[in-house]
Amino acid sequence: MEELDGEPTVTLIPGVNSKKKQMCFDWGPGEMLVCETSFNKKEKSETVPGCPFIYIIRKDIDVYSQILRKLFNESHGIFVGLQRIEEELTGKSRKAQLPCFLSLQDAPCSCCMSFHFCRLVRVSKNYRSVIRACMEEMHQAAIAAKDPASGRQFSSQVSILSAMELIWNLCEILFIEVAPAGPLLLHLLDWVRLHVCEVDSLLADVLGSENPSKHESFWNLVTILVLQGRLDEARQMLSKEADVSPTSAGMCRILGDLMRTMPVLSPGNTQTLTELELKWQHWHEECERHLQDGTFASSPHLESLCKIMLGDEAALLEQKELLNNWYHFLVTRLLYSHPTVKPIDLHFYAQSSLDLFLGGESSPEPLDNILMAAFEFDIHQVIKECSIALSNWWFVAHLTDLLDHCKLLQSHNLYFGSNMREFLLLEYASGLFAHHRPSCLSSDCCSLWQLGVDYFDYCPELGRVSLELHIERIPLSTEQKALKVLRICEQRQMTEQVRSICKILAMKAVRNNRLGSALSWSIRAKDAAFATLVSDRFLRDYCERGCFSDLDLIDNLGPAMMLSDRLTFLGKYREFHRFYGEKRFFDAASLLLSLMTSQIAPRCFWVTLLTDALPLLEQKQVIFTTEQTYELMRCLEDLASGRPVRGEPGAQRLQEDIENTKLEMLRLALARNLARAIIKEGSLEGS
Amino acid sequence: MFVARSIAADHKDLIHDVSFDFHGRRMATCSSDQSVKVWDKSENGDWHCTASWKTHSGSVWRVTWAHPEFGQVLASCSFDRTAAVWEEIVGESNDKLRGQSHWVKRTTLVDSRTSVTDVKFAPKHMGLMLATCSADGIVRIYEAPDVMNLSQWSLQHEISCKLSCSCISWNPSSSRAHSPMIAVGSDDSSPNAMAKVQIFEYNENTRKYAKAETLMTVTDPVHDIAFAPNLGRSFHILAIATKDVRIFTLKPVRKELTSSGGPTKFEIHIVAQFDNHNSQVWRVSWNITGTVLASSGDDGCVRLWKGISFPLWIPHGLDRDGPVMPSSFLLLLLLW
Repeated sequence: MEELDGEPTVTLIPGVNSKKKQMCFDWGPGEMLVCETSFNKKEKSETVPGCPFIYIIRKDIDVYSQILRKLFNESHGIFVGLQRIEEELTGKSRKAQLPCFLSLQDAPCSCCMSFHFCRLVRVSKNYRSVIRACMEEMHQAAIAAKDPASGRQFSSQVSILSAMELIWNLCEILFIEVAPAGPLLLHLLDWVRLHVCEVDSLLADVLGSENPSKHESFWNLVTILVLQGRLDEARQMLSKEADVSPTSAGMCRILGDLMRTMPVLSPGNTQTLTELELKWQHWHEECERHLQDGTFASSPHLESLCKIMLGDEAALLEQKELLNNWYHFLVTRLLYSHPTVKPIDLHFYAQSSLDLFLGGESSPEPLDNILMAAFEFDIHQVIKECSIALSNWWFVAHLTDLLDHCKLLQSHNLYFGSNMREFLLLEYASGLFAHHRPSCLSSDCCSLWQLGVDYFDYCPELGRVSLELHIERIPLSTEQKALKVLRICEQRQMTEQVRSICKILAMKAVRNNRLGSALSWSIRAKDAAFATLVSDRFLRDYCERGCFSDLDLIDNLGPAMMLSDRLTFLGKYREFHRFYGEKRFFDAASLLLSLMTSQIAPRCFWVTLLTDALPLLEQKQVIFTTEQTYELMRCLEDLASGRPVRGEPGAQRLQEDIENTKLEMLRLALARNLARAIIKEGSLEGS
Repeated sequence: MFVARSIAADHKDLIHDVSFDFHGRRMATCSSDQSVKVWDKSENGDWHCTASWKTHSGSVWRVTWAHPEFGQVLASCSFDRTAAVWEEIVGESNDKLRGQSHWVKRTTLVDSRTSVTDVKFAPKHMGLMLATCSADGIVRIYEAPDVMNLSQWSLQHEISCKLSCSCISWNPSSSRAHSPMIAVGSDDSSPNAMAKVQIFEYNENTRKYAKAETLMTVTDPVHDIAFAPNLGRSFHILAIATKDVRIFTLKPVRKELTSSGGPTKFEIHIVAQFDNHNSQVWRVSWNITGTVLASSGDDGCVRLWKGISFPLWIPHGLDRDGPVMPSSFLLLLLLW
């Protein structure tokens, strides 16, 4: 059971009164509200605080968010690609029919695995190059910064990114490439060289000067070249010195020779490790001999260089400033004393290097602990320390995911049985969802949450439910955004979220009296009850104004009409109007009749329907047959009899009067139509 | 790591509650000046007060938003012994231009005989329902059967807690495996009053809420209580703000073992107890996924607790008084 690592750091809210110590707060999707208050529930407060403030607090990635966004976007692409590689691989093994494309075996064989392995290394390098690109941009921003404060922020972000890349690179060497003894050192050398960039500029400086060997930093340069194992370049420098200084020419040549002859493992070299060790031992002894003989005694610089090449700890430690950090010290030390170091032995040297370098004067920083954990091959410790040291989840989430694909993480059950990879990815993705604030100007920014969707997709245990909770909270500020969100939900069969979102939009539309919009959202939500409600509103609107709004929508309902009876009625009723408009009177008539007889017409609407029949009844030609007319009459009487006699004063009476007049008119029209219909049907039609 | 911005609240007295709406685009504040203010976030991230009106005749203790499926609806509760439900009316176009909106009272709930201390809407799958709790020790549950008519609310349940109530929390779980559940906290300081947290569960057969559990170990006054969002767990997590921060799990005991028809029995475990505030803890609140708990106390700090591994919870990041330091957060991965 591990202990708490210490109190977390405190963020001060400027302006908050330290005497008023109580606060109420609320979480939002991306922010938190905090407000000073007093929690003793007396009616009157003793001290009137004046004008209290509300504080809005959120995670700060504003300043460099533009640049980081690129990091998030590009790494998202790499992440998704990596998941697909994995799917491909496991997919291949599960399909018995599909043999390995190289060796015709059913299971992924070693060639597939090494191909896969190469791909993983490439993915790692891709991630690193994305970090480096981000670093470079951030660096440019730091230089171009308008004020020192933001310049400082950019610079500090650059250091953080640099540290991330440093760690990732080491993890790549140790955990992903899994370099064995021999190549291990070469990789570590590359690693160190990559992260100390002043050397090249210094080299250019010195070489570019008139008299390189008289340059004030000449010896520093040569030393650091030796420290980095760049012996060819160091030798070149020495020859320059030899050129101008005849007295030390001889020594320079000898040292140069030693440099040239140091046995190194070159890639593609076929010698075994043992052969190399043997050769190296001889060479080491030769260097030792020169030192004992005092070959370089008259030049302290050269002697110091020789000692370095012998891996003399004291000599190396004298160069602390040039080495700059303990891991550089470690790698140099290994280069010149244990070049064939095995991975499992690394941590001994690492620990002692750290101790020697710090010399008890200072204690290790978080970065040191992380690197040490890596040298100890304690992946979990690396991840844990990184999580603590870094303020966002990006790094640990992606690194852990990659290591998981390398099958390096044993399943450690956390809360809900989620493993560590998933835990970190969920955290990262949740963080992405918090960033959909509309405070930026470009159109597709604040779409970081869309990246988050993919991360949730690849979290098998809690990804789906986390996505459901988060996606509901995306503010639906524009129709475009709403459609985007809905599409994502529909693709994943998140039916409840679709329903809920559509309902929210439908409700909003109804409140704003945009009935067409409300209707289409209700249909999409498959919410029959609400569709009925909106249809009712449409019909009421029609009764009041005599025309429909949103005709396009109602005309094109299609099969969605079936969602609710009222909706069907609305659609059919509109169809009736269309028929009439197109003078398809017979169609209109039968539709009208079916509307009345099929019971889908709300009773309160019958008067309107019957009134709509009037123009048809008034036509020159007889439209309604006798049958139809009888039906209509029956409906009319039904309606009239069903009406309760109400003895209410005033307006009601007037309404009743109007209604009665209408009914009379209808009776008259129907009777007349009946007469004409009978005559028409009874006579012989000539054509 | 955290950035703070301030808005002048313009309330004439203490603010007692602040509440975000579902999407985090609007917020409401309520105050001892008897009014509620609604603020809207504009496209560029600024907050504007779009409504401010007198809501009660006493201090307003809490304000809360209904789920947007029901429209733009607020509820408030007050020292004046009432709770009220408000709905936003879409205003005239002039108002819209001026950025103002109107809220009308849809109903006043007057059943309480004492100060109403908390009001919370039920999870949306239960329909439009809310619960209030009062200093008279009664929790009342109201329902609006027609969501398009917010003037009609009926009192569905009265639950007697026998102790002065200070806070309530609905269990947000919409799983069919869980009956509706409500937790009630009490800040009663009378000497006989014992356990301060009670859990009530709705029984389908009796159609009533019955007491399911009492958390016997919580004997100090409780100021706030909050169920965590449920991501598919079979058990429930409840956070309590009392003299410290406490987190409990409630695991339903399998039904076969209990007499059928009675309320569910729960195995109760305390999984965390944090006294880092070193003082009374007044509010607790969960984030959306229930992975972080925030608490505020007398020490002037808001603390964030990250759930890493079960059952260990660790603080991660603070706000407020103290030296400014570049913050990082603390995360402990418990691996075993």
